[in-house]
Amino acid sequence: MQPDLLLIAIILTALFASPLPLLLQRFGRKFASFGAAGVMAACLALLAPLVPAAMDGVTLVAGFAWLPDWGLAFSLRLDGLGLMFSLLILGIGLLVVLYAHYYLPETDRLGRFFFLLLLFMAAMLGVVLSENLLLLVVFWEITSLSSFLLIAYKRSQHESRLAARIAFAVTGGGGLALLAGVLLLGHIAGSFELTQVLAAGERIRAHDLYAPMLILILLGVFTKSAQFPFHFWLPQAMAAPTPVSAYLHSATMVKAGVFLLARLHPALAGSELWFWLVSGTGAVTLVYAAYIAFYRYDLKGLLAYSTISHLGLITLLFGLDTPLSVVAGVFHIINHAIFKASLFMAAGIVDHECGTRDMRRVNGLFKFMPVTATLAIVAAGSMAGVPLLNGFLSKEMFFAETVGHPVFNEINWLLPAFATLAGILAVAYSARFIHDVFFNGDPIDLPRQPHEPPRWMRAPVEVLVVLCLLVGIFPQWSIAPILHVAATAVLQHELPPFHLAIWHGFNAPFMMSLVALGGGIALYAMRHPLYAFYGRLPSIHASIVFERFHNGLAEFSAVLVKRLDNASLQRYLALFFAFVLALGYWAWFSAPASAQPAMTQPADAASAVALLMLALAASGVVVLHRQRLTAIVFASVIGLIVALIFVRFSAPDLALTQLAVEVVTIVLLLLALYYLPPAAPAEDSMPRIARDAALAIAAGAGLGATAYVMLTSPFDTISGFYLAQSVPGGGGSNAVNVILVDFRGFDTLGEITVLAMVGLAAHALLDKLILNAPTVDGEGRRWSAERHPLFLQMLMRPLLPLALMVSVFIFLRGHNLPGGGFVAGLVTGVALILQYLASGIGFASARLPQRLPLFLAAGLAAAAGVGAAAWAFGFPFLTTAHCHVTLPLLGDIELASAMIFDLGVYLVVVSVVLMVLAELGKLSAQEGVKN
Amino acid sequence: MEALLATAIAILTACGIFLMLRPRTFSLVLGLTLLSYAVNLFLFASGRLRMDAPPLIREGAAYTDPLPQALVLTAIVIGFGMTAYLVMLALRALSESGDDSVDAKEKT
Amino acid sequence: MIQHAAILPILIPFAAALLQLAAKGYGFAVQRAIGLLGALLGIFAAIWLVQLADAGSVLVYALGNWPAPFGIVLAVDRLAALMVLLTALLSGAALLYATAGFDERGRHFHPLFQLQLVGLQGAFLTGDLFNLFVFFEVMLLASYALLAHGGGLARTRAGLAYVALNLAGSALFLIALGLLYGTLGTLNLADVALRLQAPGIDIALARLACMLLIAVFALKAALLPLSFWLPHAYAAAGAPVAALFVIMTKVGIVAILRVQAIALAPATATADLLDNWLAPLALATVLFAAAGAFAATRLRDLAAWLMLGSAGTLLVVPAFAQSTVTAAALYYLLQSTFVAAALFLLAELIAARRGAIADDFQNGPAFHAPWLALAFLLAAASAAGLPPFSGFLGKLMLLTALRDSGSAAAIWFVLLVSGLLVMLALARSGSRLFWARKPDLPSPAAPAVSGRQTAATLLLVAPVILLALFARPVADYAARAAAQLHDPQAYIAAVLGTHNPEIKRETRP
Repeated sequence: MQPDLLLIAIILTALFASPLPLLLQRFGRKFASFGAAGVMAACLALLAPLVPAAMDGVTLVAGFAWLPDWGLAFSLRLDGLGLMFSLLILGIGLLVVLYAHYYLPETDRLGRFFFLLLLFMAAMLGVVLSENLLLLVVFWEITSLSSFLLIAYKRSQHESRLAARIAFAVTGGGGLALLAGVLLLGHIAGSFELTQVLAAGERIRAHDLYAPMLILILLGVFTKSAQFPFHFWLPQAMAAPTPVSAYLHSATMVKAGVFLLARLHPALAGSELWFWLVSGTGAVTLVYAAYIAFYRYDLKGLLAYSTISHLGLITLLFGLDTPLSVVAGVFHIINHAIFKASLFMAAGIVDHECGTRDMRRVNGLFKFMPVTATLAIVAAGSMAGVPLLNGFLSKEMFFAETVGHPVFNEINWLLPAFATLAGILAVAYSARFIHDVFFNGDPIDLPRQPHEPPRWMRAPVEVLVVLCLLVGIFPQWSIAPILHVAATAVLQHELPPFHLAIWHGFNAPFMMSLVALGGGIALYAMRHPLYAFYGRLPSIHASIVFERFHNGLAEFSAVLVKRLDNASLQRYLALFFAFVLALGYWAWFSAPASAQPAMTQPADAASAVALLMLALAASGVVVLHRQRLTAIVFASVIGLIVALIFVRFSAPDLALTQLAVEVVTIVLLLLALYYLPPAAPAEDSMPRIARDAALAIAAGAGLGATAYVMLTSPFDTISGFYLAQSVPGGGGSNAVNVILVDFRGFDTLGEITVLAMVGLAAHALLDKLILNAPTVDGEGRRWSAERHPLFLQMLMRPLLPLALMVSVFIFLRGHNLPGGGFVAGLVTGVALILQYLASGIGFASARLPQRLPLFLAAGLAAAAGVGAAAWAFGFPFLTTAHCHVTLPLLGDIELASAMIFDLGVYLVVVSVVLMVLAELGKLSAQEGVKN
Repeated sequence: MEALLATAIAILTACGIFLMLRPRTFSLVLGLTLLSYAVNLFLFASGRLRMDAPPLIREGAAYTDPLPQALVLTAIVIGFGMTAYLVMLALRALSESGDDSVDAKEKT
Repeated sequence: MIQHAAILPILIPFAAALLQLAAKGYGFAVQRAIGLLGALLGIFAAIWLVQLADAGSVLVYALGNWPAPFGIVLAVDRLAALMVLLTALLSGAALLYATAGFDERGRHFHPLFQLQLVGLQGAFLTGDLFNLFVFFEVMLLASYALLAHGGGLARTRAGLAYVALNLAGSALFLIALGLLYGTLGTLNLADVALRLQAPGIDIALARLACMLLIAVFALKAALLPLSFWLPHAYAAAGAPVAALFVIMTKVGIVAILRVQAIALAPATATADLLDNWLAPLALATVLFAAAGAFAATRLRDLAAWLMLGSAGTLLVVPAFAQSTVTAAALYYLLQSTFVAAALFLLAELIAARRGAIADDFQNGPAFHAPWLALAFLLAAASAAGLPPFSGFLGKLMLLTALRDSGSAAAIWFVLLVSGLLVMLALARSGSRLFWARKPDLPSPAAPAVSGRQTAATLLLVAPVILLALFARPVADYAARAAAQLHDPQAYIAAVLGTHNPEIKRETRP
């Protein structure tokens, strides 16, 4: 199998096989564990054939396109660094699976746990094997997500969930910064492929976006690797089951940050900014976390802070930015992963066997679990940097690099002193770990009687501790080769000569180590006053702070939202009008004023009078809008004047329609008014009225002015076409009607669809609605008990046939003269409604066709059907045809297929008017029944 | 003449918007009615004003612009439908919340 | 039939509605059958239309056989076809969900649902601005009725505000159209684009007309400060209705995109009309929505706020009038629509399992629904813009496309910070809904969640993965659609024919 396929297969296997434990757990938890281990082993097997080439320093790049135009490709890269990390991830992963199988309670079927663990592993492999930087970000965020789910594994416990959210907030947020940074980096380097990016170091550092890009990327790095001040999520994350802490939060995920420092070293490092930001952050984290770790009495808490401190050390090493400091950094990544994972497992065993991790109670365990104790002591020694252990070697290299670092040559003692201080603290908290737990008297009322763990639970620790010793004693043949290729891959050039050995002679680093050891022991010896002192300090709990911050932010948002949106329609409308005004005025005044001369027609007295009446009526509505009946009367006056305006300016059809609609609307409003309180209280404050008046006047003035300018300036229009085509093309001499049913018949189809829905909505809205109509009118007089006065009935009954005749007439002439289906429909509707008003629901509904929706459908079907008929002749929808016939009485009629369309309109209008008004009427009928 | 119509539009718009901003559904409906009068007149005006020139095709006559009339017709119809719907909705609100103000009152 | 392909997405739901009205007497089974069949046909028609449109030329369908600009034409470019397909898919899922019993909670649900589709599809397809108004009204009235479907004071209240505001919007739409016709003498978008560049037009009037038009669309697209109605209306609506409504803001956004690209940007008179106000307000909308999401106390509210956020994000785009930016926006539009709709459905399914607490973010009774949890995880992760899901790719594309714009820093900041806020909000709400337990609460009897509801929800969650896996073809189509949209000449030539210079116009008065 080709190497590139193998490389891709590793990731895909890890990704798509991750649900395997979920499927296997039904056969028992053993199967789930074996499934998990199997997947990891499979990945190792796929990786194995690629190892030799990678060890020879060959960089393998493989992949396929994903979103090429946007820089995202599924391209992978296997080189020394990737190989080293992959081996760490898979190797320690296997041990963690074995450990977790025994650590987690028998009741846990492990399917979900191992699924999430494998998902994380896949993402982590993706991070370290990505060639495309955007792909790296993708995997990066998946590790955040899976870490969130793993920390919250004990989901019913509040602190686990909170810890998970804190970790997610910090690392996920960092991921967003990283995304931005990587986008910038890709923009600067001209590619997201590492090969190009690593080669473009000079150009990148020279670019003026270098600083913001570096800061964004470092934000991602520091959050992930828990650097000060973003470290606080990691101690919280200890709420996760210990296998998770051992795997994610010491060995692998938290290394993703420093991995990225190594990965991008050739592209980003080598600048002042890099040095100060990276080494500064690392140094502060190194000492601060070590100092805190010394005071933790929670076993895992101590290890967490020590992890932070060691991550700080690695960061500092990459920041120092000498070739050998980089080598030391890579080396310490390996060493720390090994001894810290074993320490977490040991801590987990203690926790598991004692039921607590509190070092104030867990003492003297050596006599209960000597083997585990020995293992833990060795690992802790490595953490402290004791000779013959792997931690010692990288610590020595670190010391060596601090001595005489180029940047600090004036004050060359500063850095070594700082390093030694860190060493002292490390020894101190390691000493505490060893002495408090395994010696220091007897245990204090432990929940359980401690004893050695099951054989296989201890095995992973044994393996790791053996590794500590191997690397510590025989570095040259154990670790040197892989370290060499890894470091070469980081630096992208041949390494300076260096020699891994236990003994380099009595040089400065060795002295510093001795000082650190002695000082650390001394510090631990005088611990009691220090603890007492620390105990008096105010303690800050990250979780509480986070929760407070989160809730505070939520409250602030809630207030903000409430402030802006008070759920008041009045405000919405006011905002809408104000906003439109603002936009309108800006659009208008930001343009050159039109040069055209205003062309006007002389006004005549009649029109002036009409305007006066309209003004009076309108102000009448406004002033008296709370006397509702009066307001309606005024409104109808306005309607009539509008109709007159239409007549005046040659729009008979509009006048007709306006009148018809006016009548129906008034009936509608009167019916509604029957239920509404006849008068509304005066509830507006003066400023509110002023505001609204100002808004209204501004809008009115604006629209009026616009109308005037529009009316008085000439324009080119296409409407000549309609006049020319009305008779020959549309077969009707009433151009307006022809436009409605032919040229723009599609609009009319939509229009009657709207109407039809109003009818349906009438059913839907007013169905089974109960309204209590007042029994007295506005002035407190009783409504007439007689619901349907006789004279009205006498008047109305004969009117119906007449009205129907009229509507037929209006309908037929519509195509040539003012009229048409809509007006005809309204006339019919009104006539029927009057019948109903006059003679009551019983009379009307007895004669009304039931299931009016059918009529709606029929009307719409007629209109659409005649349109679709055109298809038969190969014409588009709504194409019309017409011919002449001569009828008695009406004379020569242009019969157009459009008339069937118009018939549809007629049907819809009639049934909708009936549905709406009848439904409204029914309310009162129900009400009548109720009283 | 143009000035007169423009003034009419201005008055109707102002009154309509003012009424729409009142706190009761009924005045909302009234305001909407006035506003739609104004809007229809404005739309109608987009064809300019022409007297004694109805768009009825006959021998040697002058015609006003028919298109805006057709648009206004559609607008009137749709406006009518919308008003009807709003009235029904207002009645429903009245029956459900027992009061006809446009904004939700905290009901106990 | 092929020459009628353009109008099928409108006529299929129309016919379905008529059949359903006619079949009123025969019970719900028939109604549902007709509806689902119509939805299925609609999806096929939409897929076909996408294929036809992807040939590269704008399909023009002259209704009544009258040529543009005199008659009404449907103009189908890649963008229109894409939106039609999106609408068809979304509505199909929403309808499937509704047929599990929601449709029985009031009258005429099915015909109204189909007519809402008529309005939506018409609005996406038409090339005539007044016809666009008509379809807006069809869409709106249907939405008014659907919003009220199921009853309850909350819906009536939210409905009242929604209706009143949109009626004001419709009035403004008519004013804008009147002014447009009164200035340019035409209503066809392509012709408007042509006339805007013609000499001798009144620039001030033209600018005002176009600006008012954009304002109307901004109301539909829920741009701050016109956005307040949205969270109330969407949270009040029934789950499937809310899911369908997700597409409605997109109508406004697409309208703005289209008008800007075809008419405003190419004309010197109106090229700067959207500058300096639309993008800032859009960013404000995004932040406001993030705050709302952070403060939300129920999942359905959270979903509504997320919707608003995605709308705001999309409204950043039109002012730039760049092909790459639009392409990114189109991909983002697709994925955000599905996710938002899915969240509305999930909210109801989760609420159904938590008894009286429903979807409030407080400790609730224990319930076991792994697929539900997984679906929520996927939808939430995508909504929060987490990889490897479609939401991440959408954000990635937008950030990339907007990198070179003048205000990149501000845009990046807002998008990333709002993303973080949303992430935190979803992490908290998710852990509350699924993990936090109130021990003393008895777990309510397992609700009868029908297979249809499950299927519909999964159909809407699936794109979270599919759009990520097949990101390339989708993004490429989006790129082609954007390129076509930003080539107005081709559009104009297709709609008006090459003879467009000698369209007969007469000067009035």
